[in-house]
Amino acid sequence: MITKSLHKRNSTLANSKRQLEILSNGIFQNGELPTFKNKIGETGQFPLKAKKLEILQINLGYMCNQVCEHCHVDAGPDRKEIMAKETMLQCLEVIKKTGAHTLDLTGGAPEMNPNFRWFVEEAVKAGIKDFIVRSNLTIIRANKKYHDLPEFFKKHNIHIVSSMPHWTRGKTDKQRGDGVFDASIETLKMLNKIGYGMPENNLRLDLVYNPSGAFLPANQNDLEKDFKKALLKDFDIHFHNLFAITNLPISRFLDYLIASENYEDYMYALVDAYNPVALENVMCTNTLSVSWDGYLYDCDFNQMLELPLNSKAKHISDYNELLLQGREIVVFQHCYGCTAGAGSSCQGTVT
Amino acid sequence: MQKTYYDPADLRKFGKITEWNEELGEKFFDYYNSVFEEGALTAREKSLIALAVAHTEQCPYCIDAYTKDTLERGVTKEEMMEAIHVGAAIKSGAALVHGVQMMNKVNKLDG
Repeated sequence: MITKSLHKRNSTLANSKRQLEILSNGIFQNGELPTFKNKIGETGQFPLKAKKLEILQINLGYMCNQVCEHCHVDAGPDRKEIMAKETMLQCLEVIKKTGAHTLDLTGGAPEMNPNFRWFVEEAVKAGIKDFIVRSNLTIIRANKKYHDLPEFFKKHNIHIVSSMPHWTRGKTDKQRGDGVFDASIETLKMLNKIGYGMPENNLRLDLVYNPSGAFLPANQNDLEKDFKKALLKDFDIHFHNLFAITNLPISRFLDYLIASENYEDYMYALVDAYNPVALENVMCTNTLSVSWDGYLYDCDFNQMLELPLNSKAKHISDYNELLLQGREIVVFQHCYGCTAGAGSSCQGTVT
Repeated sequence: MQKTYYDPADLRKFGKITEWNEELGEKFFDYYNSVFEEGALTAREKSLIALAVAHTEQCPYCIDAYTKDTLERGVTKEEMMEAIHVGAAIKSGAALVHGVQMMNKVNKLDG
């Protein structure tokens, strides 16, 4: 079980340039597998271009109470990158005028940002249609000061999206840390009690499934049925939808793939499962990712790889929706993770 | 000639079977894909059956493929091992039940 981020461990993979090197070399360099750019070029889909903005995803910081084995953010208690109030104010200006229908707050554990509640209260005033907070569930029980978060979320009609890699303790704790499963179950019960996730209730509670190892997710609907059946039977827990997300070969998951000698097979699996239909709907075409320090990226993954946006507007302070629309998306081999099978995005499958 | 009979990389080449006989190859893969579609049994149940049969057939390619397939479907280690025991029980039972033939023969010849 890992307890520290790659950054804290001074791992070479904490460096995004090293990750990009790995994703360029070997099987992609010797031509065994096509680069993502060449692959999408085969069907005339390069360059990939941004459509109308629908989702604004803001990363409030890399600090987290958990150290999940496969975290693409390399988040953990030892990460100190947190969005400052000044940047939040700049984000609020954008939230007020954006045409995006969804605001998606993520981290780390976004709740650990000391200005989290203030930011939510201010952002709610903009009247965004779907206001998502990606909560890891355990944070609510981690400290007394977070115990009333469910009521806070309810008060502002926040849509909660939470990770749950499996309906069994063993598989969940293996990926997310000892005790995470039991704490998550208790929080889900707490959320159900105040209406979240209940059938016919508008307080949205969705779960995110990502595989616990070097394999791809199966059909999202089938997994949702299995999750619902098991969580209801074993714990009397309800939730609305399950989003099946593919692990992208970056950061801690890339570290895991290499250490477990699964990297090449995993890349083969992603390339073999390439689906041009999924490419048409990948999230980078309708989402914008804002980092803790206010920089703009095509997606959360490009943010972690520090692949800057291909636009004159590079920071939230020079945000311009018209300028951003139609920009060429920056692609690299990790993008195969979003085009495999039924496709993958922060909102689940895309086909 | 490769030095071992089995190479994990060959599994990815399975589809190439069709190149040397398109008609039969395609018929096989159409049939195969239809079999594994959701029907009276769920795709998950079919995957577990396939995993158990992969072991009774002792096919390394099939074990590789259906271990991964069951994992993808959220099947737990406990469920996978139970499925394999079902296959093993039938396999050993199939051997042992022939003991009745032996008993019959002994009773006839030396009863």
